[in-house]
Amino acid sequence: MQKRVVFNNRLLPYALLAPQILVTAVFFFWPAGQAIYQSAFIPDPFGLKSQFVGFGNFEFLFSDPYYLASFQTTAVFSAAVTLLSMGAALWLAVMADRIIKGSGAYRTLLIWPYAVAPAIAGVLWLFMFNPNVGLVAWYLNAIGYDWNHVLNDGEAMGLVVVASAWRQISYNFLFFLAGLQAIPRSVIEAAAIDGASFWKRFWTIVFPLLSPTTFFLLVVNIVYAFFETFGVIHTITGGGPQQATTILVYKVYADGFVGQDLGSSAAQSVVLLVVVGLLTVVQFRYVERKVHY
Amino acid sequence: MAQIAFSNLRKSYGKTEVIHGVDTHINDGELIVIVGPSGCGKSTLLRMVAGLETVTSGEIRIDGRVVNDLEPRERDIAMVFQNYALYPHMSVFDNMAYGLKIAKVPQAEIRERVAVAAKMLELEPFLERKPRQLSGGQRQRVAMGRAIVRKPAVFLFDEPLSNLDAKLRVQMRVEIKTLQRRLGVTSLYVTHDQVEAMTLADRIIVMNGGVAEQIGTPLAVYEKPATTFVGGFIGSPPMNFLSVERLQGSGLAASFGEAAPTLAKTVGVRPEHLSFCGEGQAAWSGELVIVEALGAETLAHVRLDDGEVIIVRLDGGRTAPVGESRVHVTCEADKLHFFGTDEKRID
Ligand SMILES: Nc1ncnc2c1ncn2[C@@H]1O[C@H](COP(=O)(O)OP(=O)(O)OP(=O)(O)O)[C@@H](O)[C@H]1O
Ligand SMILES: [Mg+2]
Repeated sequence: MQKRVVFNNRLLPYALLAPQILVTAVFFFWPAGQAIYQSAFIPDPFGLKSQFVGFGNFEFLFSDPYYLASFQTTAVFSAAVTLLSMGAALWLAVMADRIIKGSGAYRTLLIWPYAVAPAIAGVLWLFMFNPNVGLVAWYLNAIGYDWNHVLNDGEAMGLVVVASAWRQISYNFLFFLAGLQAIPRSVIEAAAIDGASFWKRFWTIVFPLLSPTTFFLLVVNIVYAFFETFGVIHTITGGGPQQATTILVYKVYADGFVGQDLGSSAAQSVVLLVVVGLLTVVQFRYVERKVHY
Repeated sequence: MAQIAFSNLRKSYGKTEVIHGVDTHINDGELIVIVGPSGCGKSTLLRMVAGLETVTSGEIRIDGRVVNDLEPRERDIAMVFQNYALYPHMSVFDNMAYGLKIAKVPQAEIRERVAVAAKMLELEPFLERKPRQLSGGQRQRVAMGRAIVRKPAVFLFDEPLSNLDAKLRVQMRVEIKTLQRRLGVTSLYVTHDQVEAMTLADRIIVMNGGVAEQIGTPLAVYEKPATTFVGGFIGSPPMNFLSVERLQGSGLAASFGEAAPTLAKTVGVRPEHLSFCGEGQAAWSGELVIVEALGAETLAHVRLDDGEVIIVRLDGGRTAPVGESRVHVTCEADKLHFFGTDEKRID
């Protein structure tokens, strides 16, 4: 049953909504509008005047091999982060679900990483893996592996993926654990009596019943990997070596604020806006309606 | 087909013991009903047989083999749960076929066995449906079907009918009994409903506080309850209990004279064995409090002179004397049950 609040004062509802609308307008609509507007111009090197180019910036972007490479980097990065963080979280949740005693403590510990700001998380991982002073790097050296993510593309990508995924594991873990605990015990027991081993039960009963949670997290994690990993990448690799870890969002920053190519940067923002739009559509179409069985 | 034996079976959760040593032997093809009030350990006992709970001490043997440490799947059992525990994402067919698929039974045989079970349970029109598209009674049948197709050595039922309405419960009760007879599979059936216990069971185990108070055929349990608890639990309305002193000075005292068990503390008498009589033959006298006419039977509540209330069961047509009137109650001496200070039966 839904209760309706009735306001006597006609202005009050608008007043109550105003802060939210203001925030949305200032931090979303206005910048988005600016981005769309600016994407149609190329400013001169001194920023004094701009020249209208229509879709020129976009034409240039999509013929720029670096930009297309960044698309590929983003795809690899997001897929890896999503898989790693969801896989690890699911594994931890399954283990935690089996433990009854002391599960509170486990849960609290597993939630901590989420409270760490992205940049700090980046620095933590950076210190561990720094080729000169990092502890892990030192151990890797000791066992004969020459770790240097500053020079090696693959290692750099690996490190930002792990650091980004690590933060997201907590969030995924909470949802997976809640999902697991919503599955009636007796259904699992029935499967055990029907002769299914632990893993058989997991793949034929538990995992299918978790699918709504999994799908929801899939979208959330892709969005996270796309848009919220800036801090981690910025602190650990700065997008390098070369462009090996420059995902789309990082490229907006690198081209716009570092490279001062505002027109291109604005056009990239618009592209990202479209990507967000698509993800939102997917989320509404499928997640809101729930994946049903 | 299997025999089951419990020997000094115990279960503790932490320091609290909830099953205090059960001993019994269940014959091949028998339908045993475990009955008792909520929290007495019925489900725990059943789940130990299923392998869903560990055994703290004692032994469970199925066909002579100790199964204490075997996984559920190694025990050759099937279980029907109170909430049915169907796999919500699978069709009715897949629910029933799941165990067979895992056992790597050939496709054709799976189809054959599911078809037979579906026919037996009248589930044929629903094979493609998901559990949520079924009524409670149909879900119950699917749960039964899932147990049947596996052809296990033992069926375990944990209050399978308690989520159904009264009418359907009676119908399913009959069906379960018929099925069990037809298949001849040894079965353990848990319920807290004594009518279900009486109608289904070959033998009843009456449990109370983790102890099996009595094990016997329904009639034996009804006619010779081993304890006051069993007397009060089996039979509806329950047995009346009075302190044995109340017999002294009543008309009944004379009729059993010396034979009156001297150690007895409580005397029990079933409502159906009491009847109204003239003041002369009265064992007890009191005031009629209320008369419940239920159609097939009439229950008269009588408040005895010292304030205790007993129930007298009369045949449907007969009405008790109504009003403020004083009534007199008697019964045949051989229908009295005597219980000692330890609540145990004295013969
Ligand atoms: N996991 C557990 N931990 C601790 N105590 C438990 C646990 N499971 C059951 N118990 C206790 O064991 C006793 C027996 O429980 P059980 O579920 O067997 O009762 P029951 O006879 O099936 O009751 P009902 O008719 O309500 O289903 C209860 O007192 C219960 O509190
Ligand atoms: Mg129970």
